[in-house]
Amino acid sequence: MYKYNAFDEAFLAERNAQFRAQVERRIDGSLTEDEFKPLRLMNGVYLQLHAYMLRVAIPYGTLNSAQMRQLALLAEKWDKGYGHFTTRQNIQYNWPKLPDIPDMLDALGEVGLHAIQTSGNTIRNTTADHFAGAAADELTDPRPYAELIRQWSTDHPEFQFLGRKFKIGITGSPNDRAVVKAHDVGLRMVEKDGEIGFEVIVGGGLGRTPMVGKVIRDFLPQPDLLPYLESVLSVYNVLGRRDNKYKARIKITVQENGIDKIRELVEARFEERRHEFDGTDQALLAEIKTHFAAPQFRSGDTSAFDATYSADPVFRAWADTNLAAHRQADHAIVTVSIKAHGQTPGDASGGQMRVLADLAEEFGYDELRISHQQNVILPHVHKSDLPAVHARLKDHGLATANVGLISDIIACPGMDYCALATARSIPVAQEIATRFDDLKLEHDIGHLQIKISGCINACGHHHVAHIGILGLDRAGVENYQITLGGDATETAAIGKRTGPGFAYDEIVPAVERLVETYLAIRTSEEETFLETYRRLGMEPFKTALYPEAQKKVA
Amino acid sequence: MARAFTPKVITANDLLEGDVIYFTAEDTWTRELSEAELITDEAVAPLRLLDAEKQNIKIVGAYLADAQAGPNGPEPTHFREDFRRKGPSNYSHGKQEAFANV
Ligand code: HEM
Ligand code: SF4
Repeated sequence: MYKYNAFDEAFLAERNAQFRAQVERRIDGSLTEDEFKPLRLMNGVYLQLHAYMLRVAIPYGTLNSAQMRQLALLAEKWDKGYGHFTTRQNIQYNWPKLPDIPDMLDALGEVGLHAIQTSGNTIRNTTADHFAGAAADELTDPRPYAELIRQWSTDHPEFQFLGRKFKIGITGSPNDRAVVKAHDVGLRMVEKDGEIGFEVIVGGGLGRTPMVGKVIRDFLPQPDLLPYLESVLSVYNVLGRRDNKYKARIKITVQENGIDKIRELVEARFEERRHEFDGTDQALLAEIKTHFAAPQFRSGDTSAFDATYSADPVFRAWADTNLAAHRQADHAIVTVSIKAHGQTPGDASGGQMRVLADLAEEFGYDELRISHQQNVILPHVHKSDLPAVHARLKDHGLATANVGLISDIIACPGMDYCALATARSIPVAQEIATRFDDLKLEHDIGHLQIKISGCINACGHHHVAHIGILGLDRAGVENYQITLGGDATETAAIGKRTGPGFAYDEIVPAVERLVETYLAIRTSEEETFLETYRRLGMEPFKTALYPEAQKKVA
Repeated sequence: MARAFTPKVITANDLLEGDVIYFTAEDTWTRELSEAELITDEAVAPLRLLDAEKQNIKIVGAYLADAQAGPNGPEPTHFREDFRRKGPSNYSHGKQEAFANV
């Protein structure tokens, strides 16, 4: 994994010292809040409903055990004993006190973590496929490119004051697990004539005007990545609107100007820019790649796995849902669900973080990942170690066998924490998970993604959920709109609204009616909810959701 | 037609702790909504907000929030202010934690 060099360390230490001084000056009254707010946001410090919030970047979702232990330390020393993993592969602390935050940042700096560019109109933390470097279907590890982007974009003078935030997502596999089509720029590794390059997608985004990104370049050779990205950003910097915050994201620039015009401008700019790159970036990339060399995978007999798999039904259920194919046939990728039924999606206690760190160290080549689905991944585990890993997870409430199932819900913090929220999302997620666990239906239902946002900003990705839930404030009462048919993969789609929303106490029964309908009309157990929706459309689900309206029509 | 004025309290977050605070009739800050000053005069509200903002050195983001008179002082009228008064619903953290400890 990437190791900071002396320059990176000095940069981070200086940044932290600067911020410490800024906090002191805010506290002693030399800075007003108006002056201080942009400074704290640049360092990941928000003010939420009940307290400050510190957002820590987990670059491309990759952590080692020492870093995970440090996250646990922060949770226990300066927060309320837990942290919240988010859809942007960050961790958020919900209860820090302002005078403590500089110490928290220093503690993060000790393990090479920081909160820079987790906020503001800059290039944000580049998110990556959480199976990067491990997946069987991967062409090449995307993380060196994500790191290259991070080094290039951090404090890049041209891109500190963009029209709006700018998010880049990258996947090294044609199967998109990083929702790259919902990013300002999405990079999908593809192969052409034996060469690996990028499909470049631009103008995706969620929020109040959700859009699936459009392909601007179907094949970009790897060495052209930075000059091409600079060209996209530079066109955006000139054309992007600054008169209206809601029209400032590149998705609107693309929509208003058309992808063809944007492509033309970007290609023209690219012709100029590429000559300014003298190969330094490629040398840097080569150096970065050495940090991401795959571990020396051990080989060995996997019969222990097979024996437990056939003997232990609990292990088998977990293995069936929570394991994914590793590029080494005798290894597996373990997704540890941070979604125990009834718990807050994405919350892990300090103790759980330490268990995960220990497991990574003992069984997982010291590697951990955070997924945008708010789960934790042990990317490389030899199959013979899986029974031991599972047993330890079970002891700490981490062995829930629900990855990809109805209770594996993404939920934003919503009105329980977020100052922008119009309704709660966490308790809705908790109740849906508990309800379907009680019904013992979830394995029968199969793959189904529910995602919940507490306002139109869509941090919970509800637009790309099979069943999306959006919490709104309707005349002072929480009200939940449902969308169906969203898709977060390479076949990305924005879900469609079913109709009027539901009150807080009606939303879980409404979801239950949707699922009952699906179970009744699917052609077989193999047909997923999304496939049924695609085959039959909205009507049968609408009938189930709004029986009264149907009666009136009849 | 202008909407009828509804009673207000002034609320903000504490600079150091970040938690929710309310402005009292004595120009001090309290952690209890019930101890806040309930402003019923539309003309007075913006002036009291200015008074509150004089203390910007130790508070963040003061604003006027709807409230109503209750038996023990002001009460929220909207669920957002109700959450701010108590804390999140997924854990017993925030102000409700302190209530539990008394
Ligand atoms: C203090 C809490 C938060 C604030 C103030 C906040 C603010 C926002 C805003 C204003 C937008 C809309 C941007 C636009 O449409 O231009 C947005 C989008 C988004 N946020 Fe958040 N957010 C918060 C928490 C989170 C959390 C916890 C996550 C991850 C779970 C997250 C991930 C995202 C994502 C994925 C989007 C949509 C993608 C896009 O940018 O188009 N945010 N956020
Ligand atoms: S979707 Fe809205 S409520 Fe949820 S975290 Fe984002 S800004 Fe807050």
